Amino acid sequence: MQEGAVLEMRGICKYFPGVRALQDVDFTLREGEIHALMGENGAGKSTLIKVLTGVYPKDGGEVHIRGIEGAAVIRSPQDAQNAGISTVYQEITLCPNLTVAENMYIGRTKGAVTNWKAMNSGAGKILESLGIPASPRQQLGSCSIAVQQMVAIARAVDMECKVLILDEPTSSLDEQEVQKLFGLMRDLRAKGVGIIFVTHFLEQVYEVCDRITVLRDGQLVGEYVIEDLPRVQLVSKMLGKELDDMADIKGESGGAAISQEEAPVLEAEGLCSSAGIKPFDFSIRKGEVNGFTGLLGSGRSECVRAIFGADHVTSGNVKMDGRSVKIKKPLDAMKCGIGYLPEDRKGDGIVGDLSVRENIILAYQVMKGFFHPIPRAQAEAFADNYIELLEIKTASSDTPIKSLSGGNQQKCILARWLLTDPKYLILDEPTRGIDIGTKIEIQKLVLKLAEKGKSVTFISSEIDEMLRTCSRLLVMRDRKLVGQLNGEDLTQNKIMATIAGGDEK
Amino acid sequence: MPKGIAVDKQGRLKERVAMSDTNLLLTITVVVFFILYLYAVFFLQGSFTKPQNFLNILNNNASLIVLSCGMSIVMITGGIDISVGAVTCLVCMTSAVNLERQGGNIFTVILIGLGIGLAFGVVQGFLVAHLGIQPFIISLAGMFFAKGMTTIVSKEPVRVTDEAFLAVKDTRITVPGLGSPNKLGVYIPAYVEVGVVIALLVVVLLFCLLRWTKLGRNFYAVGGNNQSANMLGINVRRTKFLAHVLCSLLAGLGGILYFLHVGSGDVANAAGDEMNAIASSIIGGTLLTGGVGNVVGTFFGVLSLNTIKRIVSSLGFDEAWWSNITVAAMLCLFLVVQSIVLLRKNKK
Amino acid sequence: MTTPVKNPETRVKRPEESLFKRLTRQQLFIPVAALVLLVLFNLVADYKFFAVTITENSLGNTVLSGNIISVLDNASELVILAIGMTLVTASSGGQDISVGATMAIAGSVILRMVCGGQVTADTMQMNLILAVIIGIAVTALFGAFNGTLVAYFNIQPMVATLIMYTAGRSIAAWINNNQLPIINDLAFKYAGTFLPGIPVPTPIFITILVIAVFWLVLKFTNLGLYTQSVGINPNSSRLNGINPQMIKLLTYVILGVCVAVAGFIRVSRSGSINYSRIAENIEMDAILAVALGGNALSGGKFNIYGSILGAYVIQFLTTTLYKYEVPSTALPAYKAVVVILLVVLSAPAVREKLASMKKAPAKTVKEVS
Repeated sequence: MQEGAVLEMRGICKYFPGVRALQDVDFTLREGEIHALMGENGAGKSTLIKVLTGVYPKDGGEVHIRGIEGAAVIRSPQDAQNAGISTVYQEITLCPNLTVAENMYIGRTKGAVTNWKAMNSGAGKILESLGIPASPRQQLGSCSIAVQQMVAIARAVDMECKVLILDEPTSSLDEQEVQKLFGLMRDLRAKGVGIIFVTHFLEQVYEVCDRITVLRDGQLVGEYVIEDLPRVQLVSKMLGKELDDMADIKGESGGAAISQEEAPVLEAEGLCSSAGIKPFDFSIRKGEVNGFTGLLGSGRSECVRAIFGADHVTSGNVKMDGRSVKIKKPLDAMKCGIGYLPEDRKGDGIVGDLSVRENIILAYQVMKGFFHPIPRAQAEAFADNYIELLEIKTASSDTPIKSLSGGNQQKCILARWLLTDPKYLILDEPTRGIDIGTKIEIQKLVLKLAEKGKSVTFISSEIDEMLRTCSRLLVMRDRKLVGQLNGEDLTQNKIMATIAGGDEK
Repeated sequence: MPKGIAVDKQGRLKERVAMSDTNLLLTITVVVFFILYLYAVFFLQGSFTKPQNFLNILNNNASLIVLSCGMSIVMITGGIDISVGAVTCLVCMTSAVNLERQGGNIFTVILIGLGIGLAFGVVQGFLVAHLGIQPFIISLAGMFFAKGMTTIVSKEPVRVTDEAFLAVKDTRITVPGLGSPNKLGVYIPAYVEVGVVIALLVVVLLFCLLRWTKLGRNFYAVGGNNQSANMLGINVRRTKFLAHVLCSLLAGLGGILYFLHVGSGDVANAAGDEMNAIASSIIGGTLLTGGVGNVVGTFFGVLSLNTIKRIVSSLGFDEAWWSNITVAAMLCLFLVVQSIVLLRKNKK
Repeated sequence: MTTPVKNPETRVKRPEESLFKRLTRQQLFIPVAALVLLVLFNLVADYKFFAVTITENSLGNTVLSGNIISVLDNASELVILAIGMTLVTASSGGQDISVGATMAIAGSVILRMVCGGQVTADTMQMNLILAVIIGIAVTALFGAFNGTLVAYFNIQPMVATLIMYTAGRSIAAWINNNQLPIINDLAFKYAGTFLPGIPVPTPIFITILVIAVFWLVLKFTNLGLYTQSVGINPNSSRLNGINPQMIKLLTYVILGVCVAVAGFIRVSRSGSINYSRIAENIEMDAILAVALGGNALSGGKFNIYGSILGAYVIQFLTTTLYKYEVPSTALPAYKAVVVILLVVLSAPAVREKLASMKKAPAKTVKEVS
């Protein structure tokens, strides 16, 4: 092993049916560093981590861990824990039916008896020191997703680990919580813990990391010290080509003329749903791209869900092209020509075991009706068309969608809605958890759709994405619509100020 | 950015810790049982006013209590075991044949009961936990197998005449202070059978196991989300395996208690008890989805189920079918109430 | 990044992809293999098992008889139930364990109708078709009850149907005031025995008809797609305009209809009913048929023909066991052993083990490193 290294992986290989997930990958983690693991979706980051933590068995290579003679044998997450590796996954991997304290201690206490008192007081101390707003005795399922993620982090941090893996832990945290997490990571680094940090947010990488390892298509591209690798280069290494797209997009924005005379494509007044948002007004014109912005949980998703009828609509009037319509359930909205790409791709978007083809035709098929199935040949033509158009990486249109990478799944969902040829498309966080290349493709697509006269509502956590695509932003705060920005007001500072509220008006 | 925005996601920070699902369902069950029984005592009177009536529910159902507790444990881990009734029946028959025809004694009976239970548990547990086969299918096969084996052991009912055994069977443990005078005014002391003491002991032991041991908490974790449990470093396979072994072992013990109560082997013994056990567990607040449940609730589940059976028959609906229909109606009611309560709670 | 995976360079074929493995991964592998094994066993043990003879039955009709005919005939109810059970399994991820009990209800209703409330009747008191339709309506209603509990109250299917499992036979008895009606009209028994002049048992025709109907329904409606979609991801289905609750309910109602047809065949075989014995344990066989057909009991994707084949395999097994004079009471034990063997062989873990045995040397080297 190298001097100073706590973890060394050499020549790791992993195959899945039809896919080469990892090919001869090396990775070295040194004591007291924060090491970013970067790559597009499907580059093999998550697979590498799951191999390291024993979730997947590896097909080749060896792992060395400081303090363990020879190659370490890690066959289960338990082995990994014992070897001093603790992990926080992107999806929450805790038990919702247990209490917060139990979730922090289960699976790693000695002895056969549970000492509730010690456990609760220990957990209470950690929660307090990390400023996590939860009680140790509370059932985990009753906490918000962000708090659950923080509990998972607290658990990992509390373990006396040599290696801490954070696999996209920040995707459900807001800015304050992210800062808290970074503070924590720096403390741990000072104590000599090696941290592997996987994220899609470049800003975050440059804020906390010391070193970067880049993977592409299951292969190692290289390991770099952060100072030696400017952002643009990092991105080009991840994509495997030079980056020129960012500038392109900016130029196109606002190109399409939005007609002011016609009635808006969709106009909502006093819309309110059971998801607990305050009634809001909304309208969108032909060829317009607008967006909802606000902090996580500010109610932006709930607003679009109300428009689409995904939550129970309690009040409000909706007009499409000037005519009054009733949208009570998603099918009503679809019949009015509205498409909706949901925020939670796995839970609300894909139908995992069905094939790519069936996933793509699903919405169109439903609109055609129960008694009019699309003939197989036609369905295949539709699917192949969109697989080519959106460059979806899949073995065939018969492949189950769940075996695709996140970005490609998202493209399938996009294809699903494009196939229905909607007048108005709602995209809720279409770029979350997706590699940069696909992100840019999706943004371009949005602008192209607007040019063709479609209306699009775009939601994203990244303000620059919104600035690049939207001509009007609706700002949400505390589940209430607090402002609209357009034209010259569309600047980062102005948006931040409106989101924050208070003095600056 | 001003503070306060962040904290307010879906749930505001609650000062008071909300009741866990397990405790909520347990509370409902206990309350329902008391309402049922008090209703019977005040409005139906008759035998209900005598404590012995209550004790008889225990006497008749000691075996079911044990079976249901085992069922609850498997259900907490997210599985199910529908072989328990048939295993009980097999244990009774084998014990009876052993006592009558092979000169066995009370100890061989205990050995047979636990041995059969252990064997079923190990095989079913292995198939479920290590080969990942659905527990419903495995225990279905287990049930078929036990039913078939019972008739292979003996098709005819076997009555036990062994005196040492009958002495144990007829032992009555007097409960002081609960007796009542009969028609002639003679004071009849209230009693429970040996089996009841064992059953109650089992409930207490299992309660402690589930509450205070690592294994017990692992049962809940595995039932809550078995992938997460795996990631948290719990050996999911071993936990599931042990849950099934424990359940079948308890079915074996249940068989011994059943045998101790009826004193004979018969292919019709414990017929339908797997369904009674499932029903009791559900009424007792165990969710079939796993992760939620409690043996104390299950104990009250058994009591509620049998109380309502008695209430219905004392209301004059004593044809056989009414008993089944009311049990079904009760189950239906509980399921609907539970589902509404949980749906409401999750919405908040 | 735009290279499609179709490109041979990026699409890696696993070296251990043997014929055996590809075969075992087929959904129909297990039922077909089981059928082949059973056939081989019978061929070796006694090839006369497959003999079909022409005999004259008690009514003087010329009919075909033999073990094969009896397998096809006796499997009818099971096949019909397995079809409905497959749909229910796919949509709700659970099974209906009340089918045996609701078959008793269907039989009881039909008998009450044709007997006109009498204990014995020599001629039918009501048009048979009307009586069957009433039977179908009643069990569809019970199906709707189960479906409502599952779809709208979110109760696990096994538990929800436990209610009807417990109460069904009692309700069946209650419908006829606990009497056992007997109908002696020959026309009533046509459906369960033979049509005059036709040597093949009628249930076989009914089964073929039911299969044909489902083939048409699956071809000309979206029942298949919707059911699978709902079974795999109800949230996503809802956001795509499907009403998951409605689809779940629908599958239970369809199963209810299947149950009525099966119940009708069963009572029509004898013209009488025994509430506690009729179609006993058939729910277990129906669930096994679904599992044997390679369908995940946790729902989602399904193959209805797999279940049909599974049902025939189970009946084949039963008939084989009877032939070797296994007493009917001990039958379950033998069946259980076979079932366990089949399920164990089809378990993914075991299949992988079997497949890896072929490439054992390579694997062990990797494990050591």
